[in-house]
Amino acid sequence: MDSVGSIILYTIVSLTIVIFSVLAVTTRKILRAATYLLFTLFATAVVYFMLDYQFLGAVQIAVYAGGILVLFVFAILLTSHPGHSSEPLTSKRRALGLIASVLMLGVTGYSLLARCNFFNAAPEAANPDMQQIGTAILSTGDNGYLLPFEAISVLLLACIIGGIVVARKR
Amino acid sequence: MGITLPLLILAIPLFMFLLLGIAGVKMSHKLAGWLGCLGMGTTLVLAYTVALTYYFCPEFTAETGERIQTIVFNQTWLAFTQNLVISLGFLLDPISALMLIVITTISFLVHLYSLGYMEGEKGFQRYYAFLSLFSFSMLGLVVATNIFQMYIFWELVGASSYLLIGFYYTKHSAVAASKKAFIVTRFADLGFLIGILVLSYYSQTFDFLKLTTDSQWVLASTQGATFMGASVLTWALVLIFTGGMGKSAMMPLHIWLPDAMEGPTPVSALIHAATMVVAGVFLVARMFPVYLLEESATMIVAVVGAVTAFYAAMVACTQIDIKRVLAFSTISQIAFMMVSLGVASNGNGDVCHHGLGYMASMFHMFTHAMFKALLFLGAGALIHAVHSNDYTAMGGLSRYMPVTRWTFLIGCLAIAGIPPFSGFFSKDEILSAAYAWSPFMGVWMTIVAAMTAFYMFRLYFLIFRWDEPDYGHHTPHDPPLPMMIPLVFLAAVSCVAGFIPFGHFVTWNRMPYDIHLDPWIACSSVAVAICAICLAAYMYRTKNPLPEKMKNAMPVLWDWCHHRFYWDELYMFITHKIIFNGVCRPLAWFDRHIIDGTMDSFAAVTNKLSRVIAPLQSGQVQMYVFVYIIGALLLGGITVLCLI
Amino acid sequence: MELKAIYFLIPSLIMFCCGLFGFITRRNMIAMLISLELMLNAVDMNFVIFNRFLFPGQLEGMFFTLFAIAIAAAETALAIAIIINVFRASHNIDVRTLNEMKF
Repeated sequence: MDSVGSIILYTIVSLTIVIFSVLAVTTRKILRAATYLLFTLFATAVVYFMLDYQFLGAVQIAVYAGGILVLFVFAILLTSHPGHSSEPLTSKRRALGLIASVLMLGVTGYSLLARCNFFNAAPEAANPDMQQIGTAILSTGDNGYLLPFEAISVLLLACIIGGIVVARKR
Repeated sequence: MGITLPLLILAIPLFMFLLLGIAGVKMSHKLAGWLGCLGMGTTLVLAYTVALTYYFCPEFTAETGERIQTIVFNQTWLAFTQNLVISLGFLLDPISALMLIVITTISFLVHLYSLGYMEGEKGFQRYYAFLSLFSFSMLGLVVATNIFQMYIFWELVGASSYLLIGFYYTKHSAVAASKKAFIVTRFADLGFLIGILVLSYYSQTFDFLKLTTDSQWVLASTQGATFMGASVLTWALVLIFTGGMGKSAMMPLHIWLPDAMEGPTPVSALIHAATMVVAGVFLVARMFPVYLLEESATMIVAVVGAVTAFYAAMVACTQIDIKRVLAFSTISQIAFMMVSLGVASNGNGDVCHHGLGYMASMFHMFTHAMFKALLFLGAGALIHAVHSNDYTAMGGLSRYMPVTRWTFLIGCLAIAGIPPFSGFFSKDEILSAAYAWSPFMGVWMTIVAAMTAFYMFRLYFLIFRWDEPDYGHHTPHDPPLPMMIPLVFLAAVSCVAGFIPFGHFVTWNRMPYDIHLDPWIACSSVAVAICAICLAAYMYRTKNPLPEKMKNAMPVLWDWCHHRFYWDELYMFITHKIIFNGVCRPLAWFDRHIIDGTMDSFAAVTNKLSRVIAPLQSGQVQMYVFVYIIGALLLGGITVLCLI
Repeated sequence: MELKAIYFLIPSLIMFCCGLFGFITRRNMIAMLISLELMLNAVDMNFVIFNRFLFPGQLEGMFFTLFAIAIAAAETALAIAIIINVFRASHNIDVRTLNEMKF
């Protein structure tokens, strides 16, 4: 049995996610879309906190909201005039999008709801704390993630170089 | 005899062909021409050595006096079964030795003559290469040891004839003529090939020696089999004769030869007068013992020959183009040889009159090669001087070209059968053989001989007498030395060749035999020939309206003769109107609309379909995502419906 | 009332569908990228939810999300670099008119 507070929090968070997701893709001003995305990402971070993944929530806020969003904003400001809104969608294109997304919603939602009782309440189990996470990242063996960690770091390096090469002025 | 010399006789012309054909473009005209002459001259010497050795060396004569047929070498090429083996070899016997002499002589003289005649022509080297190819093929043909080797070289001479007729390939008429010659002879060769296959199927051999020495025994299996009322052997021989008809321009397959005169004149002299066109006669002579077995086949040979001889002589009387006159004269003379072979059989599987016809035919082939080559080369000299093929552009030339005139006159006298020129002797033997066979045939051939004399002297007088047209500044003159030598040489040969005791060299059973002149036949034929010459002289010696009157008196006959009895038109009618319209058009329609239509509709459907699905490949990534998602959702939906 | 996994999965599903809709409909390349981030975020969320509700005490889902975030950051950075480059070349980032490279 969850507390009333957590239910209220859940309601707010899920509403935020739904509303701002919809707004992010329907607004015609690109800067606003980025802002709505930011709110969605924040809400996601709150979900992570709710599920006791503090570290992940922190990463979500720091990397996504702090890093990627800033990149987006920079790119938007570089490539479009502020206040400029994109032209309205053609009905055909909107129909295509709606078909795809409603079908997605229908199929996946139906399959989720049909097995609704498969998902129980969150079991009581202590989530790993920071120390465990840090050890796991830097250890080898059964629960070690050193190899993917290193792979990711190499990928990031490659990405940095690639970004410089691609965006460099010739 | 070793195999070196015979091999060289074949190898040198082939080598010259390859040399001139491949490296010719890099050579100057002069070098190519002299190389060709040198090669042919060497071949000439070798061929004479071989032939004279054969005739005079006792090693080739049996005790009985019979000349032995010698296979110098015979290399197996393809072995189908134990018996059906195709070999390539060199058969030396009286007729092949005779042909070696004829071919190399004429070919060498033509090589020499062409130095002058073809001077400065474009493709001079190519011309010499083709001449060498022709010489090689013709030599290979006459020394063939088996009928299949003969067929191979038969086709090769056909191909080189095609190449040489179409030598002036920029001229439309030459191209048409070469195609005509090729297609007509090809058509005849189909019969030849079928004949070969039928014959070899029953006799189990291709080999000439096996076929001709024990013909009765080898061909025993053909006796029972019949097809459409005639025995298989008759069919085979008639079909083989069809090949000979095509090559030798017998009726009704003669239509290509007059058109073949589109080629250079020396080529006409070599191929279309002296050597290749007598291949048909040679073929029948080679198979003569087999022909003896079938009365109907020899009958057909004789009748076809007689009809052709008369027909060609009539047409020759009205032609304007001097080369056409000579072409029809050639047809007529070859028909003489055919008749002679045909009448050599008495119809009971044996020869009549000691096989006189066979000997006469070969004799005439020899003399005819000489004097007809002479006439053609003379015509070439005239054309060279006047730059026209028509006698209307000539006349009174005896003043300007004395050497040509005298040599041409000798040629005319020889072909007309006036003693002591060579034609008299050989033609007389043919007439004797014809009379011995049936008096009607004898009279018929005598009439043809008279017509021969008439049209040749008509031609002679129209060229060298008649009225002189305006030659302008370029008065005609005798040709240069390289062209003169062959003329004089051939004229000399035509004067004396008749005195060769030919019966000692070539007879049907290879036994020596003395020629007897029948005084009655000789006198009568000379008399009619002289009458015909006088008539020609009366009509054409000076310009007079008589020929015009004659023409107007018999307009229909003249028209038919002038248009060669409308044979070409008949062929055109059959091919274009009946075959093209009746058979080919519907087939073409079927091909174009049904077969092509099916394929086209396949293509059209594919095309339409591709147009329909092409927009999917729009390059718009959003569209791809949409399609991908729909597909994934369909799969997912199916999974959900099945599992849940 | 208990907060079951389904309660968290539904918003994440809606977020994913919104991302899908945006990706198909938007023409601006940056807007498309934003939609892509939405979808990616929804997926991340699902990993965490499943980890929490089905395999508590284990780390796989969490780490997957962690790395996915890192990769998303890299991908976004590179994509934006490309977009800026494209914009520099053609002064336009409308995805439908960018077809010069096709032919």
